[in-house]
Amino acid sequence: MVARIGVLALQGDVSEHIDAFRSAARTFGSEASLEVLAVRKPAEIPHLDAVAIPGGESTTISRLIDKFGFYSPLVEFEGGMFATCAGMVLMAREVDDPRVHPLGLMDYAAKRNAFGRQRESFEADIGIAGLDRPFHAVFIRAPVAEHPGNGIKVLGSCPEGIVALEQGRHMALSFHPELGNDPRLHIRFLKNCGLV
Amino acid sequence: MKLEELRYGTELLKRGFASMQKGGVIMDVVNAGQATIAEEAGAVAVMALERVPADIRKAGGVARMADPAIVMEIMDAVSIPVMAKVRIGHIVEAQVLESLGVDMIDESEVLTPADEQFHIDKKQFTVPFVCGARDLGEALRRIQEGAAMIRTKGEAGTGNVVEAVRHMRNIIGEIRALQGLTPQEITDRARDLEAPVDLLLETVKRGRLPVVNFSAGGIATPCDAALMMQMGADGVFVGSGIFKSSSPEKMARAIVEAVNHFDDPAAIAQASRGLGEAMKGLDIHLLRDDEVLQYRGR
Repeated sequence: MVARIGVLALQGDVSEHIDAFRSAARTFGSEASLEVLAVRKPAEIPHLDAVAIPGGESTTISRLIDKFGFYSPLVEFEGGMFATCAGMVLMAREVDDPRVHPLGLMDYAAKRNAFGRQRESFEADIGIAGLDRPFHAVFIRAPVAEHPGNGIKVLGSCPEGIVALEQGRHMALSFHPELGNDPRLHIRFLKNCGLV
Repeated sequence: MKLEELRYGTELLKRGFASMQKGGVIMDVVNAGQATIAEEAGAVAVMALERVPADIRKAGGVARMADPAIVMEIMDAVSIPVMAKVRIGHIVEAQVLESLGVDMIDESEVLTPADEQFHIDKKQFTVPFVCGARDLGEALRRIQEGAAMIRTKGEAGTGNVVEAVRHMRNIIGEIRALQGLTPQEITDRARDLEAPVDLLLETVKRGRLPVVNFSAGGIATPCDAALMMQMGADGVFVGSGIFKSSSPEKMARAIVEAVNHFDDPAAIAQASRGLGEAMKGLDIHLLRDDEVLQYRGR
């Protein structure tokens, strides 16, 4: 059976996410049978095994989720969700900006642009729980997570807040593993979801 | 993480920022009120200006970087990225915008050029740049100088999409025409295009520009925006088209929706209903040569 991963294609770095999941799947060779696709219609969501919410502008993506009927299908989705940057903001229980309508699928508060503006965007090697060596992370006008609930497993933090976390099969990251060549977090997510 | 090991202003961060704008609409705004309308409508970023291009045309004279007070007012009003324009080659205007904390600088032909020979050496800056281009050679020269995003120039302030179409077709058509050529043949073509060879080889291999490519200059309706997306744009800039229309809020939302559903005519029809009048627009053929902005900067 082919597992299907859908990247929410409303706005943002959708093609980078598709490429990153495909190259993560290739590391398993013929053992993994994954189809990665762009999701443009809400009706496609229930037929997926996992959903990725890409980086982009969280206010824009949030508005389009509401406008085009993605909100309920995403909230009701039973598979794992992989969310980076804007995606991390959308997965939260609450957001520090009333223009974003969060999905509330993970139990933390998201703080937008926690490091500042683009001038303050940075690359750094960070420690992630469960990875044997640091992960080279790309932070672009990144959010952080705060006030995690009991079900949250914190994977990585910095002085500004939490930058990587898991809850059940969901994973949310402040940074953009899809912009680099390191598939370890994608692989971890696919394993957590039982898709490889 | 160790603070001394943080790296700022890398090419990956600049191009990554541009990638986050994909599938989005970047709107020209001249004050905090317009910026708020743009953000509420779902713009991915705003371009802070003293005048929209249609008014720059009317005003004549030398068009320069906006007053920092306007840029800062707009930065305070919204949480989405704020971009602003500098004159081609004007290093100090760019330094000033960087010091204000603008998220991306547009080295733009819409303003009066400061240097007719050189563009800004954009690799010297921490913030990313977007530059206009009319063809593949021009796009790759800008990328070589450090541009993290290209926008096809079109003809700003006209509300006429014809030049935007011409420039997008130029770039995409030129890339398509190079497919299947040998590296030697591509190197030969690089001379004709006046393009850096390594960037041209990379472009042909990928089948697209190595950075995000938006469309700009004349987009006035949801259909115009969707047209540019169908042609292969990664997103659109809308200048005068929103705040020179009769109902900017509706127009802004409609263009965002049309860009998102660019391949769904029924959704574009839905978005286009009852928007009132689009901006009036200009016939390109009636412009004098010195009124054509796209000729600025090669």
